[in-house]
Amino acid sequence: MTEINANADVLRIEGLTVALKQSGTPVIDDISFGVRAGETLCLVGESGSGKSVTSLAVMGLLDPAALEVAGGRITVDGADVLSAGAEELRRMRASRMSMVFQEPMTALNPVEKVGAQVEEVLRVHGEGNAASRRRRVLEMFEAVRLPNPERIHASYPHELSGGQRQRIVISMALIMNPKLLIADEPTTALDVTTQRQILLLISELQQRFGTAVLFITHDFGVVSEIADRIVVMNRGRTVEIGSRTDVLSNPQADYTRMLASAVPSLVPPQRPASTDPEVLSVSNLAMSYKVGDLFSPRPPVHALKATDMSLRRGEILGIVGESGSGKTTLARCITRLIRPSDGSIVLDGVDISRLGETALRPHRRRLQVVFQDPFRSLNARKRVRDIVVEGMLNFGTPKSEAYERAAVLLERVGLSRDMLMRFPHQFSGGQRQRICIARALALDPDVLVADESVSALDVSVQKQVLELLRGICDERGVGILFITHDLRVAAQICDRIAVMRDGQVVEAGTAHAVLATPEHSYTRELIAAAPGRDWDFANFRPYGQPA
Amino acid sequence: MKMSAVLPAARERRAGQWRARLRGNGLTIAASAFLVCLVLVAIFAPLLTSADPILINAVNRLKAPSAQFWFGADTMGRDLFARVVYGARTSLVVGVVAAGASLLLGLLIGLVCGYFPIVDSVLMRVMDGIMSIPSIVFAVALVAITGANLVTVLLAIVLPEFPRVVRLVRGLILSLRNEAYVEAAVSLATPAWRILLSHMLPNTLAPLIVQGSFILASAILTEAVMSFLGVGLPPEVPSWGNIIADGRSYFQLRPGLVFFPGIPLALTVLAINLIGDALRDALDPKLARRG
Amino acid sequence: MFGYIVRRSVMTIPVMGVVALIVFALLHFAPGDPAAIMAGDSASPAQLAEIRARLGLDQPLHIQFFYWLGQLGQGHFGTSLHSHKPVAEMISSRIGPTLSLAVTTMTFSLLVAIPMGVYAAWARGRLSDRLVMMMAVLGFSTPVFVTGYALIYLFSLNAGWFPVQGFTPLATDPVRFLQTATLPTLTLSAVYVALIARITRSSVLEILGEDFIRTARAKGVPEARVVLRHALRNAAVPIVTVAGSGAAFLISGVVVTESVFNIPGLGRLMVESVLARDYPLIQSLMLLLSLIYILINLGIDVLYMVFDPRIRA
Repeated sequence: MTEINANADVLRIEGLTVALKQSGTPVIDDISFGVRAGETLCLVGESGSGKSVTSLAVMGLLDPAALEVAGGRITVDGADVLSAGAEELRRMRASRMSMVFQEPMTALNPVEKVGAQVEEVLRVHGEGNAASRRRRVLEMFEAVRLPNPERIHASYPHELSGGQRQRIVISMALIMNPKLLIADEPTTALDVTTQRQILLLISELQQRFGTAVLFITHDFGVVSEIADRIVVMNRGRTVEIGSRTDVLSNPQADYTRMLASAVPSLVPPQRPASTDPEVLSVSNLAMSYKVGDLFSPRPPVHALKATDMSLRRGEILGIVGESGSGKTTLARCITRLIRPSDGSIVLDGVDISRLGETALRPHRRRLQVVFQDPFRSLNARKRVRDIVVEGMLNFGTPKSEAYERAAVLLERVGLSRDMLMRFPHQFSGGQRQRICIARALALDPDVLVADESVSALDVSVQKQVLELLRGICDERGVGILFITHDLRVAAQICDRIAVMRDGQVVEAGTAHAVLATPEHSYTRELIAAAPGRDWDFANFRPYGQPA
Repeated sequence: MKMSAVLPAARERRAGQWRARLRGNGLTIAASAFLVCLVLVAIFAPLLTSADPILINAVNRLKAPSAQFWFGADTMGRDLFARVVYGARTSLVVGVVAAGASLLLGLLIGLVCGYFPIVDSVLMRVMDGIMSIPSIVFAVALVAITGANLVTVLLAIVLPEFPRVVRLVRGLILSLRNEAYVEAAVSLATPAWRILLSHMLPNTLAPLIVQGSFILASAILTEAVMSFLGVGLPPEVPSWGNIIADGRSYFQLRPGLVFFPGIPLALTVLAINLIGDALRDALDPKLARRG
Repeated sequence: MFGYIVRRSVMTIPVMGVVALIVFALLHFAPGDPAAIMAGDSASPAQLAEIRARLGLDQPLHIQFFYWLGQLGQGHFGTSLHSHKPVAEMISSRIGPTLSLAVTTMTFSLLVAIPMGVYAAWARGRLSDRLVMMMAVLGFSTPVFVTGYALIYLFSLNAGWFPVQGFTPLATDPVRFLQTATLPTLTLSAVYVALIARITRSSVLEILGEDFIRTARAKGVPEARVVLRHALRNAAVPIVTVAGSGAAFLISGVVVTESVFNIPGLGRLMVESVLARDYPLIQSLMLLLSLIYILINLGIDVLYMVFDPRIRA
């Protein structure tokens, strides 16, 4: 392999400033750092920090219509990126620097076989002939641990799983053995177990090829596992640069301390178990979908199989599972957005699983829901006041009373009453999620279903919303069904946890029991895959180390 | 972090700037100005010309343009300028009424189809059937059977056109049904009719307006084509299509008989399409694609 | 894959049924006695009775409908009221010019429109993009007969390059065919080129914003290859979809173009039959033209499989 000069920076960024073309507002303001060969540098920040723009600037892939480099220098392996012409830049891509993106589902051309797409890298750089290119691609597929490379080579992207697609993208990025690999949130869209495999793969390949890795992430958990050095970014500026141990155990900047301490820990806080009466009891609940038709019959998909669970007042029950586990189907059945194909949902003594829309209406107020995407769950044309009072008006509350209650609720969720007349687009994601919570609380429900309600939020905001949900649960005695893919978040907020896989609950118990003494192998796998589980972020030290 | 969280925000920003964008485009301004002038011409036609657009006078047959006959006279000796001016009135009335009726009918049926799956499967097959008959063929055949007058011509334009509106509205409603804020309204026990009226209807208006502008253009075109083929409005009615139908056999001798009505017709449709494009780009480029 | 084709084909059956029903209803719910309408104004009572008996008008409506369908199925399209020739014969003698015009138009349009649209997408926002798109809107907005007469005026009357009207079949005289077919093809293409250029531009632009385009650029694919190989290939589905639904414009355009250029095709036959109120002929032509449209779109549904592997699964 290439000779590694440990002292020379492969990537060198000096005083880089990138600004919006129209207004001249900088989105990256005078940042400088370097990445050495064989090193993993993690660029950490929340949304809007400028971390992705930084990576695109290095690749020379900034959208020329929107952004322009206003100053500074970027060199990759000694070559100046910013002054390079289009053709020169093109030759540098994939051969000197390459990139892996966040969303493996959309990063590949859907109408071409993946083998041809990887081969294209070699072809456009004029490498080898058809036969040798094919051989190199198959070798690369072996290297990224793809099973049955020959078959994968002839597959289309939609025939592969998310993890397999990300392996394809990685093989594309590394096939020409570049000096620098930029990985922009490469595991964010993947399930945790897959994430773990991909992280291991990247570090293995890095060691094998001596690649410098610029790893962009929002997740301090991931950082604690893979970083050699860390750059923390906030609003286009670097806040802190240092080695992993320095930044994690002795962060200097307040922002870094805040960000690190917001990372949810896998160790649940001690909390007394709720002894309140059961409010929701689900038994034998199942949901299957018919797919295919007369001409191409296929067996039905069992999204949810005979599931039992119960929820007490004042309790938060976490439903944890990866994609396809059936957790969202469960939530949609319980909230009766869909009609389950079998089983019962008993809400305070009444089975609502079979009720028609009219008969269901009086029960709806007792069961409210907060969705994942704060940008889609509010009607953009309505004022916050009208959003919050909609349910109350449906149940006959007089307008003036409903308006007053809306104001009180808004204050309860941490907003102010003078925001009532605003429209949703005037709020941030976290604020919108608070509005959604206020809307759900307006009907004084017995059960609140939170379907990935904090997943789209930055960690710092996520922490605040979790605290809000916990507070509401404790003070109103509402039972919360908390659906999440993130075991760490569940550990922080839930009293009990049920782990789901393939439409079934594989393990359920108190948060403490499930996390400390998991019985099912899949639960253990999930725990092992949770990034950053060895680091106690709140106390800036590894677990098991005395203070 | 997730792309889905970023995109709607961008869309809202776009919607906020749409006025600015509409103003910024010179072509759109010119198109709007042209349409305003055309409406004025249509309204004040009697003030623009004292000639009778219907009066036949064999003495004046095919007269060349002159001070008396600005555009010349047609094959029946009628003042061509007067006929073209009054033709603007016919085109606009037919276009606006037909577009309005198509939108209204399409909106009603589309809402029903989008919300009631049982009705939907039957009605949409009917709509597919209607849309499979090329519109001019349908219109021409309809008029052949019922006889040509204003009402049947309007019907002949609306019937092939409104299923497209149904399909648009239905598609919008179906996608809106999956929006989280509509599901939230369902959980709040909001009755179906109110969800339809207060959450869905307002969100269908923007694409509907865009579609409406394209229907307006196509209605004006269809009327002209039908009249040109001799199966539209009765031949004495001053309509741009009728004027061309009347003059086409003398085209080699007097091209003006075709071009004097043809050019305003093309410009009118062009102006409406330009405004429709601008509206679409401003409101949402992904919605309301033609066809 | 085979299931997909069968499914798509079966899905067209109700659509064809509805079309047949509409065509049937158009005559039977028209004001007045269907037999009188079919016979025309100058029919004698004997002729009326004969028509009634032939159509089975004393039968219930649904029986009449299925009887009529059965007749169509056996190839009995009826006899023209005007020329008293079998409708099938009249149609087959007129189909040639229309088909050749359709083929030249499709070929010309696709060859011109797709490069135009791709170029405009590539030159997005620049003057040349706006010019191309301006031409497209113009082509789309100009009525077919205005385009036709403008072309005749410029190239036949003034320049004298082409005959003003008429049509010579390809088999008779290829050179003469080209001379007579050029202007009608250009006329008919105006709308179609505009339609396809617009959808090509907008789909290519949309695809250029996709993540996998960024992947392609990041791996050093040259820009021309990004646009042609990655973007255009993925834009194929919306483009062929519009090419299919745009066939309706083409069929409508044929009716007008053949009138302008005096071409003895199906379009002019349609107009003639309408003016003569030749109902059996109108019915058959409506059915035929709709069937062609439905089959074009069925063909395009099948083409999707070529362009999009996700459908093949």
